[in-house]
Amino acid sequence: MVTDRLSQEERELKRLNAEYTEKYGFSDPEQYAFKSGKGLNADVVREISRIKGEPEWMLEYRLKALEVYLAKPVPTWGADLSGINYDEIHYYIRPHEREERTWDDVPENIKRTFDRLGVPEAERKFLAGLGAQYESEMVYHSIREDLEKQGVIFLSIDDGLKKHPELFREYFGTVVPMTDNKYAALNSAVWSGGSFVYVPKGVHVQMPLQAYFRINAESMGQFERTLIIVDEGAFMHYVEGCTAPTYSRDSLHTGVIEIIVKRGARCRYTTIQNWSTNVYNLVTQRALVYGDATMEWVDANLGSKVTMKYPSTYLLEPGAHGEVLSIAFAGAGQHQDAGGKVIHAAPNTSSQIISKSICKDGGRSSYRGLLKIHEGAERSRSNVVCDALLLDGHSQSDTYPYIEIEEQNVHVGHEASVTKVSEDQLFYLMSRGLSEDEANAMVVAGFIEPFVKELPMEYAVEMNRLIRLQMEGSVG
Amino acid sequence: MVAALEIRNLHASVEGTPILKGVNLTIKQGETHALMGPNGSGKSTLANVLMGNPAYTVDSGQVIFDGVDLLELEPDARSRLGLFMAFQYPVAIPGVTLANFLRSAINARRRDVDPADKGISIPEFRRLLMDKMNYLEISPDFASRYLNDGFSGGEKKRAEILQMAVLQPKIAILDETDSGLDIDALRIVAGGVNRLVGPDLGVLVITHYKRILDYIRPQYIHIMMDGRIVESGGPELADQLEAEGYKPIFEKYGIVPTEE
Repeated sequence: MVTDRLSQEERELKRLNAEYTEKYGFSDPEQYAFKSGKGLNADVVREISRIKGEPEWMLEYRLKALEVYLAKPVPTWGADLSGINYDEIHYYIRPHEREERTWDDVPENIKRTFDRLGVPEAERKFLAGLGAQYESEMVYHSIREDLEKQGVIFLSIDDGLKKHPELFREYFGTVVPMTDNKYAALNSAVWSGGSFVYVPKGVHVQMPLQAYFRINAESMGQFERTLIIVDEGAFMHYVEGCTAPTYSRDSLHTGVIEIIVKRGARCRYTTIQNWSTNVYNLVTQRALVYGDATMEWVDANLGSKVTMKYPSTYLLEPGAHGEVLSIAFAGAGQHQDAGGKVIHAAPNTSSQIISKSICKDGGRSSYRGLLKIHEGAERSRSNVVCDALLLDGHSQSDTYPYIEIEEQNVHVGHEASVTKVSEDQLFYLMSRGLSEDEANAMVVAGFIEPFVKELPMEYAVEMNRLIRLQMEGSVG
Repeated sequence: MVAALEIRNLHASVEGTPILKGVNLTIKQGETHALMGPNGSGKSTLANVLMGNPAYTVDSGQVIFDGVDLLELEPDARSRLGLFMAFQYPVAIPGVTLANFLRSAINARRRDVDPADKGISIPEFRRLLMDKMNYLEISPDFASRYLNDGFSGGEKKRAEILQMAVLQPKIAILDETDSGLDIDALRIVAGGVNRLVGPDLGVLVITHYKRILDYIRPQYIHIMMDGRIVESGGPELADQLEAEGYKPIFEKYGIVPTEE
């Protein structure tokens, strides 16, 4: 029976991959300005730094991080990472010599890829700015002129280092130190691409800034690094999307996102992760939140083979507020190990984590969360809700909610539920003419509605479409 | 041609326990029938079996709807043929608005006719829904609420009637639509049904009490006991039942009453 089920899962995986391939999983022939050999050593790190023309301090930082990375063991407390073959991975691929400000200057094959993904169209319609990363580098980065005039900085991280060296150095590596975890160290050694964002005091960027991450090559390592500073009283919404072609060999996406939200500011960071199912997605995202400021993580993990990602929020001053709203969808062969961390380090801070996961065809999702309230963080409030929806009997959902409370005078709530689509729900919906698949999809759509309604309309439409794609042909 | 639902010697069970023991009944478009009977007689089982609830097993018999063998079909196909059941206990679907749900149900019907159909446009759907809601005196904000989620008993039943109005079935089964309603809610729900009754709609009202029949006036009354229809007649049968209760019929057929 076990082998039957495995082969069924494999077939399902193949079918899903075929669907994904048609919409996102196509690939371009490789025509690169530079591609590092397989594997990682100090020479690769030096080469990356040299090609980028970095200052000496950054090279030293990278080399030190490489040592930290090599010294740290692969974590075994979460998802199974034993399948990653680090020696087969290309750690740096430079697709093009320059980053462009207009799509016309982007090389034709790369532009075609982004056109096919609808990225420039989205930019024209509803974005305040867009960065497009292909392999290791941003190939396009642009922001609306009016925002630039107000002092908003939206650059590739490499340009951030070049053009704003002081601001960059003041914050880089302060939110996620290289010693934080093995993959943060790896990213610190070989980071390339990602965004550098600064929103000046009091400026509200109403439309989202978006970064789109695309892996094209096989056995590719993409190490985006993003640094966002939202100054006092300012507001910004940053959205990242990710896709890749489907290959038989695994790729690695290891990002580090550092965010500083200053007094009275608000930052929303939305991820729609739709990697192909051969990508290991190991990301460290963290925000430092100051007095009366708000950080909101809106996190959707739909793709990848394995995701380990726990957006975290440090509430450092009174009145700081943090939210994590996440969904994970685990289909055949996928493990989504996701959740959120909130650390209350000051009085009168508040937080909320709402995590929803859906598993089908043997997929596995884990909610892994930490809620910590430090001594002295009086009158802090937090509420954690995790709901899982299983679409069949051989999928799996686990919950690891760690709660550490060192202060008496706080209010903490925690609820968790695991549900299945009930026969009654299916019969009810089918009695109105919906097929079993449509009925299942409708229950799932309702389940994630609290998440989808937090997305800007265009992304909500996209999210419903992606969920629909995942659901098609689901074994109910 | 007038569509008909013909139930022939239907036997059905739940988890191995026989409930329906040979039901015969024919309902045509344009007719209103009431099926009465004490608790446990099999009324709701009949409704669920007709709609195709997988919790019930058909052991023998036939159901022909509009010339098609209904028992061969999944519930969704039965619905698309023009059969409707108003549930006794409508199920909550959190996160799905009533409007969204009904639009999907309409589109499923349209695709059934033409697989290339692009679906009803949002303005057209909105007009249709608003028309029906006005007609049934249902407040417009109902459309944006999550389906049956946190609805009162009366709201759930009104939502069922609204679905019936939008989906325009040929035959509708109202499974104890009156249960759990106070007199005002009952009047509103029954008023809604009356507005929909006409030559294109056949209705089977399943009820425990005569109360709803004061509002919906059926031409035919059937009494079910122990899994069979034991008496059929005109409206006078309901009056007789009201006056005498089920006891004389129990005695007549030698049935020992069971509790549900």
